[in-house]
Amino acid sequence: MTGIARDGEALKGAELEGRLDRTWRPAPGLWGWLTTVDHKDIGRRYIYTAMTFLILGSILSVAMRLQLARPESGLISPARYNQIFTMHGTTMMFLFAVPVMEAAAIYVIPLMMGTRNIAFPRLNAFSYWTYLFGALLLWVGFVLNVGPDAGWFMYTPLSGPQFSPGKRTDIWAQMITFTEVAGLAVAIELTATILKFRAPGMSLNRMPLYAWAILVTSIMIILSLPAVALCSGMLIADRLIGTQFFNPFEHGDPLLWQHLFWFFAHPEVYIIFLPATGFVSQIVETFTGRPVIAYPAMVLAVVATGFLSFGVWVHHMFATGLPRLGYDFYTAATMAVAIPASIQIFCWIATMWLGKPRYATPFLYVIAFIVTFVIGGLSGVMVASVPLDLQFHDTYFVVAHFHYVLVGGAVFPLLGALTYWFPKFSGRMLSEGLGKLAFWLIFLGFNIAFFPMHITGMLGMPRRVYTYPANMGWDGLNMLSSIGVGVIVLGGLVFLANVALTLRRPRDAAPNPWNAASLEWAAASPPPPYNFPHVPVVRSATPLWEQGPLPVMTGLRVDDRELLITTAIDARPDIRYPSPEGTIWPLLSAIALAALFIGSIFTPWAVVIGLAPLGVAFLAWFWPKGSPTAEPVIE
Amino acid sequence: MSSRCRARLAALAALALLSACDREERQSRAQPVPETLPTPRQSILQPGVPARTAADPRARAYENNSYQMSQGQLLYQKMNCSGCHAHGGGGMGPALSDAEWRYGGSMEEIVATIDQGRPNGMPSWRGKLTEQQMWQLAAYVRSLSAQPRQDVLSSRPDAPSSTEPATLQSRQPVVPSSPAGVQGTSR
Amino acid sequence: MTGGGGLQGEQFNRLFTLFMGITGFFYVLVIVGMLAGIAIRGRAAGTERGERLARTALLGWIAAVVLGLTVLTVGSYASERRVSAAIPARPPLEVQITANQWWWDITYKNAVPANELRTANELHLPVGVPVKVTLKSNDVIHSFWIPSLAGKQDLIPGRVNDLLLLPTRTGQFRGQCAEFCGTQHAHMALDVTVEPVASFRRWQQAQLAPAAPPSTPLAQAGHDLVMSQQCASCHAIAGTPASARFGPDLTHLASRRSIAAGTLPMTRGHLYAWIADPQGVKPGNNMPYIGFDSAKLHAVVAYLQGLK
Repeated sequence: MTGIARDGEALKGAELEGRLDRTWRPAPGLWGWLTTVDHKDIGRRYIYTAMTFLILGSILSVAMRLQLARPESGLISPARYNQIFTMHGTTMMFLFAVPVMEAAAIYVIPLMMGTRNIAFPRLNAFSYWTYLFGALLLWVGFVLNVGPDAGWFMYTPLSGPQFSPGKRTDIWAQMITFTEVAGLAVAIELTATILKFRAPGMSLNRMPLYAWAILVTSIMIILSLPAVALCSGMLIADRLIGTQFFNPFEHGDPLLWQHLFWFFAHPEVYIIFLPATGFVSQIVETFTGRPVIAYPAMVLAVVATGFLSFGVWVHHMFATGLPRLGYDFYTAATMAVAIPASIQIFCWIATMWLGKPRYATPFLYVIAFIVTFVIGGLSGVMVASVPLDLQFHDTYFVVAHFHYVLVGGAVFPLLGALTYWFPKFSGRMLSEGLGKLAFWLIFLGFNIAFFPMHITGMLGMPRRVYTYPANMGWDGLNMLSSIGVGVIVLGGLVFLANVALTLRRPRDAAPNPWNAASLEWAAASPPPPYNFPHVPVVRSATPLWEQGPLPVMTGLRVDDRELLITTAIDARPDIRYPSPEGTIWPLLSAIALAALFIGSIFTPWAVVIGLAPLGVAFLAWFWPKGSPTAEPVIE
Repeated sequence: MSSRCRARLAALAALALLSACDREERQSRAQPVPETLPTPRQSILQPGVPARTAADPRARAYENNSYQMSQGQLLYQKMNCSGCHAHGGGGMGPALSDAEWRYGGSMEEIVATIDQGRPNGMPSWRGKLTEQQMWQLAAYVRSLSAQPRQDVLSSRPDAPSSTEPATLQSRQPVVPSSPAGVQGTSR
Repeated sequence: MTGGGGLQGEQFNRLFTLFMGITGFFYVLVIVGMLAGIAIRGRAAGTERGERLARTALLGWIAAVVLGLTVLTVGSYASERRVSAAIPARPPLEVQITANQWWWDITYKNAVPANELRTANELHLPVGVPVKVTLKSNDVIHSFWIPSLAGKQDLIPGRVNDLLLLPTRTGQFRGQCAEFCGTQHAHMALDVTVEPVASFRRWQQAQLAPAAPPSTPLAQAGHDLVMSQQCASCHAIAGTPASARFGPDLTHLASRRSIAAGTLPMTRGHLYAWIADPQGVKPGNNMPYIGFDSAKLHAVVAYLQGLK
């Protein structure tokens, strides 16, 4: 074993860090930018891209609110309005919410697990490029006036070949395929990272709640995304090669689409929401200075939410005339989702009681989360009831409901988490003053915009209308909603200004500025390419709050990229594992895949012809490079 | 301005040019062209001899627009064109999905056929359909033999249909049928 | 509140009150709990007793939540069953509604075919009489919804759904398509009138009559235009040669409250606007621009205004 440099007594401090840096740093310049497989580079890139789509989606919502501010407004034509709301929903769900939750996990999870890189880092790079190309396909299509216009839910037959002529819907469906591939790849990486890459000693019952949330989310992604891949593939087949999956007159069934789509799209809401509960748990732990109470109950609540989310999709279809008895089951299942959610809410509040809360900006977002998300959850209980849902379904009440759940329940925690982890991402603390100003503008604007929609919905205003008649009692409330959106936009601008101003300052953040307990705060801010000089060892659920220096484990190679793999339950050291170098092939594979997907919008032959370059790229990517070096840890 | 920045601007300009593509535009009003028919009102038609029709700028606009074509598809069903022509395969009237065009297979000629009617059963639709609707119908009729661009077509209607998906058909050459073929009953 | 004009609406109001009560109680509990936690500012911090108390309270909280949800679930079932028990499965009146992009085709069923009444975009219902509404679609999925009378029900191509209505209050209501159905989803409304049985019968008799013959020379000219021009290719007017079913039935057009599925109120001026340029008023709808000159337009409007 001589000749192989390993960290340890003989090799530590600045020399170790210098050598690790040479081993793990991506290549310099543009080439390095294209070939990097560092989870921090890719995670940051993912976050920037997803936040860009948040901004684009928000611009669309401003356009809609301008149109709806007054009745019978002629600002936007109906065809354009339909494209705008379709793009808003699609962008927010597929290009912002799910990717940003995965992106944050790509950045944070390996640090939190105390490892040097994510599992399957090349797949990670491939996933980012695939997501980027899918997102560009959709938005370039929209700019070229080929944007989809049949709603983000694309109900057949409206989205079918006869009623959605042209390529608008195909672009939407193929964008789904891109985000599918990207999402599944990330879910697999995160599952593997959480189960096998944990620091020694971090047994499952010492894992931070955020990691639990991400683990359950990833498994949900793996189980639910195939349903939408299937139905969007069937839609493309109907539209391109004339299959009859959704044609009622040839024994196809338009409702098949709804079943498959909602079997995916309802769990998707929890795929967005569960990581947010993870953010909340981490922030509550840090800013109350104690672990969240009833850890087993919290973990079980997350797992139960994951299970239940697969049994509720029919509550989107209460008006389709399915058998009544079936509805009763889905009503009960949907109501049951409130139980784990209420357990989590209780535990967070009890933790605030038992801890010493500090009212920094991330914690304010948690308070806003509870105030708004509980409203969304309770209106969710209402729409679970069939008689109430038949009245609320497809009205602005539902718009209010899911914005309270998704903005209140996921975007507020996300903004809190971005503020919380910003020093880790960038090495700089965001300004508290501007952060609080942005918080109050966003929080108040959100409630001004969306609370009135409950009432407009109850007064009978349907969703997805490009205009509405005057004198229905909707005018004032709609104007109020539009004003609220203006306030949110101001808040968003303040948030962006805060980020921009902070990034101009020199780096000044300490490794653990908030005095948090989880491992990511043991790394420098921002972390070096290798994350930790030595692998940290964990002896409790709150390792950084233990007395004394953080214990470490030594013996990993420093001249080659090597990681420690631990056992899945107890996190005992298992094997040393080689982690791959950066390479261009994930990018080239993603380009070949994009060519195949985009070509197959126009001709089925693209699938056949496109396989050749894709096969070449994959072959080059997977070409074996010498014998594998994974070896058991010598105890 | 750096060269990189200029390259980006050039790329943006190229994108803007591309956006002139109006395949998908839902143009619900008729094209802003004088509302005159493209054909002489009285023709001395002989089967097999295509009517001499002036090229009309509207032809391409309708044929290259998927919305107009789908409106034609709707009219084809609602105006009971299938009563005689079936779903393109022909019945009492001639087939529309094959290579043979008795009175010409261009957009202008098909509009003229719809407008004026033709001997042996094809009624005149003048005054029954607007010109815009005739153009839409003509675009759809041509799609039955895969004449227009493939990316404009829809693969099938949401209705029973025995024909193969239009998006997979190979394009038929436009030829006038021989006069002899017309004298007998259609295939 | 939207409900209250029909049986389902009344049940909705009652059920909604129950839901508001229980969910409101829990919301207040959560917010008060959180504010109290903020107010005491960590005075309970770090005590072993506090932790034990919190675990016990968690059990109590779960029990309370489960109890609340059970009450709501049972209340919801009970409300639904009460509606289905109150309306006979074979009501005396059956209406078939077929949705099209973007208008409603309405047929009042009758055992005698001659007494079947066809109209469009306007529904009249007798108060206190159960009605079975049969729902179909000719193109995409729509959803039938009269907020004041009952919840919504989808109209799905290839399927037949039905909905039982029992209006309990007279009045004029607005119905609206509630499932996104394409470009003009926003302008797919339905005018609903609930009236006493006697006046409903009068309306029914009046609607069964064939169209009024034109009464002035101008209206006669309009009649001739409607029959000879494009109008008759799509629309039906009972008692005339026009019998196509692509567009709405026009037999008693002028007796309706609105034009083009609730897009414009039924006035002379709006009729002009609609016929002169349907795509300007409701862009993307299937009524084409005909291009009548002003003399023809006057004649056609005069005839249509006579179709009481």
